Amino acid sequence: MTDSSQHAVEIVGVTKTFAGTGSKRAKSQGDGTVVALDDVSLTVSPGEFVSLIGPSGCGKSTLLRLIGDLDEPTAGTVSVFGKTARQARIDQDYGIAFQSAGLLPWRSVAANIELPLALHRFGARERRDRVAELLSLVGLSDFGDKYPEQLSGGMQQRVAIARSLAEKPRLLLMDEPFGALDEMTRERMQSELVRICAETGAAVVFVTHSIPEAVFLSDRVVVMSPRPGRIREIVPVALGDDRGELLREDSRFFAGVTAVREALHGAPAASAVRGVESR
Amino acid sequence: MRRTAGKRARAIALGTAGVLLLALAWELYKSFGPLAGWGVGGVLLLPRTDDISMPHLGAMLARTAEPLTSAADSQPVWLIVLLGCVSSLGTAFLGLLIGAVVGIGLALVMLRFRVAEAAVLPWLVLSQTVPLIALAPLVVTWGGQLQFGSFSWQRWMSVAVIASYLAFFPVAIGALRGFQSPEVAHTELMHSYAVGWWKTLFYLRLPASVPYLLPAMRLGAASAIIGTVVAEVSTGTEGGIGRLIIEFAQSGSSDPAKAYSPIAGAVLMGLAAAGIVSIMGLALSRYRRNEAQS
Amino acid sequence: MNSVIVRRVLPPVLLGVLALIAWQLVVQLAGIQPYLLPSPLAIWTQVQLIGPLFVPATVATGTNALVGLVIGAVIAILIALLASRLPVVDELIAPIVAAVAVVPIVALAPILGSMFGATSETPRRVIVAIVVFVPVFINTVRGLRQVKPVHRDLMRAYAASNWQISRTVTIPGALPYVFTGLNIASSLAVISAIVAEYFGGLQNGLGSRITSAAANSAYPRAWAYVFAAILLGVVFYGVTLVLERLASRRRT
Repeated sequence: MTDSSQHAVEIVGVTKTFAGTGSKRAKSQGDGTVVALDDVSLTVSPGEFVSLIGPSGCGKSTLLRLIGDLDEPTAGTVSVFGKTARQARIDQDYGIAFQSAGLLPWRSVAANIELPLALHRFGARERRDRVAELLSLVGLSDFGDKYPEQLSGGMQQRVAIARSLAEKPRLLLMDEPFGALDEMTRERMQSELVRICAETGAAVVFVTHSIPEAVFLSDRVVVMSPRPGRIREIVPVALGDDRGELLREDSRFFAGVTAVREALHGAPAASAVRGVESR
Repeated sequence: MRRTAGKRARAIALGTAGVLLLALAWELYKSFGPLAGWGVGGVLLLPRTDDISMPHLGAMLARTAEPLTSAADSQPVWLIVLLGCVSSLGTAFLGLLIGAVVGIGLALVMLRFRVAEAAVLPWLVLSQTVPLIALAPLVVTWGGQLQFGSFSWQRWMSVAVIASYLAFFPVAIGALRGFQSPEVAHTELMHSYAVGWWKTLFYLRLPASVPYLLPAMRLGAASAIIGTVVAEVSTGTEGGIGRLIIEFAQSGSSDPAKAYSPIAGAVLMGLAAAGIVSIMGLALSRYRRNEAQS
Repeated sequence: MNSVIVRRVLPPVLLGVLALIAWQLVVQLAGIQPYLLPSPLAIWTQVQLIGPLFVPATVATGTNALVGLVIGAVIAILIALLASRLPVVDELIAPIVAAVAVVPIVALAPILGSMFGATSETPRRVIVAIVVFVPVFINTVRGLRQVKPVHRDLMRAYAASNWQISRTVTIPGALPYVFTGLNIASSLAVISAIVAEYFGGLQNGLGSRITSAAANSAYPRAWAYVFAAILLGVVFYGVTLVLERLASRRRT
């Protein structure tokens, strides 16, 4: 491995257990503790798009939360741009988006996008310019004065993505951001995310439970298995920079979907041509 | 959220009809009910209907417009009641203010320190199950001992303290619930922004608590008024509506209609306080966007 | 189990004990006169001294609170059932309920006294009943409206009659709300029963005892009666709380 500061994210031997007492998260087993992640290692390069996929309980969200320093690992280290996760959070090296858009209902769309800038005391002029820029990036320039409740679910999620980009982070953490959207909106949002990532050049760690979504978006798909949460396989997809709608009907896309599905289900079924090698 | 004009008109019409029905029931019972009331074993279960026990509504209204006494310079009853209302409302408002400050302060402490919540909350709940308003006569004796230089404690201040004791509880509970109301996604977002407790409070928890604080303030205002009226009665404080209720009731047999004016005044005070809180709610409507319809 | 006791029970008990000790120390060390604030020990001595006298006063006030609570709750539940069936009833009484909620009902004490006779317990019970009415009514209506859409659809699919729907879905679903209302109302009932005594009438309850003790400068005795009032309030609250827990436990 090369110098670790070249990685956007470097996870080494991370284990995370939850105590069983009182915590809703954990259905106790045996001694009452639950192993959410067991000795997981993963690196993400700058500008790389990595998806985490797996059945519920495989620890994919937990892994994302460790990168964002929303939880702390029981063992192992998580570093972000060569710093501890905690320092990276304090330095605001990442932007984050959740499954629920999590917009503040009393702030207008523009004010919601502005929130991190206001919290970190950016100048008024800079804030205004940046918000205008982001609104046009997510195609909501006409909606800055609206309130979240007046927007559709897809538009709310775009606001949340704009908010996560407000401070031009080099890393985006996304926890099933399109999980609550209908399939058509979802595909449109995926295309927009691909475009936004190309424009900003940020690395992305993306949690999802949709195989086509992971394949369409990612450079690499990390397939995880539950109890205890482990990385089963990493499937490189890398469908190139040109990801138009046509890609969804391309054989390389289907090959990627097949590869990820086989990885998910464990035993590789005797299937057709494997267009993608799994290492 | 928004009701159509037709629905609103219907609500107003039916609401008015409800109040009129109540008035009608009063007059009907007075006309046809037993004059000496009705009861079992000497305990009256239905009220007496003579003019002293149940004056006509018209007589109550007429009495309101007349002067208090036959003296030439006597003020009309409605003016005296109105002045009493204003005085009591002022005291109640001070009580509510103290109660709100204490309540929100307690909520902040409980929010900040888990142990404080565990230790204080049961006592708060208990403090309202126990009728500490029973202490009203005692609070006055405390106040009487206080004197700093030219400042001396007035009775109405004791009344305000008692009112604040009743008002603080709903505010404390409502504020705590409101402060704890943001979704996990919101608090984690603030955590991901690496901002501290105070910034989270001002940007997230305080605005999010508005839908909880407003009903709490309405309850607190009602409690402050009840506390004020009761404390005025039990401490014998002059000038307020509580005093008028007792005073006018004492002339009951000779002037029965008079007793109803200060009670109407108390009703008006309650409605006025609720109205003021509603106006506050309108001013804060931005923070009530996804409030459930109540 | 143990950790529940440590986290939920220990802190308030500890705080209470500390507060009592602090109270006792402050009164003793600062030499505060009993007419200002008697020490807990002095109050306790009085409690033991006049213990037997508590009983009739507490029973008088407690009976008023209980009778008022039951009458007010029954009327509130009946009208709530009516209002949930006939929206027009709901609309007719909505402003009256809203007004009663913000109005000092105890102010009615003097006129109720002249209507029912000043030597009667009835005025106080009527006041308690009116005060109790509001929270029970509001909570019951809320509970009756709380029917889950999926349950309503299910009953509709079974072509159940109105009465069957009420019996199997609406009323069981509303019960926990009714008891929550009763729990809120229980403390109000005790407080109202005591406070109503401040407005004159019979001098047999706790409220009258507190005022007369205070008027005679017998402050530890006044506090001792306050102590009895606290016990009464806690009993009412505790009993209704247990009822509420039992009612909501059966809810799935």
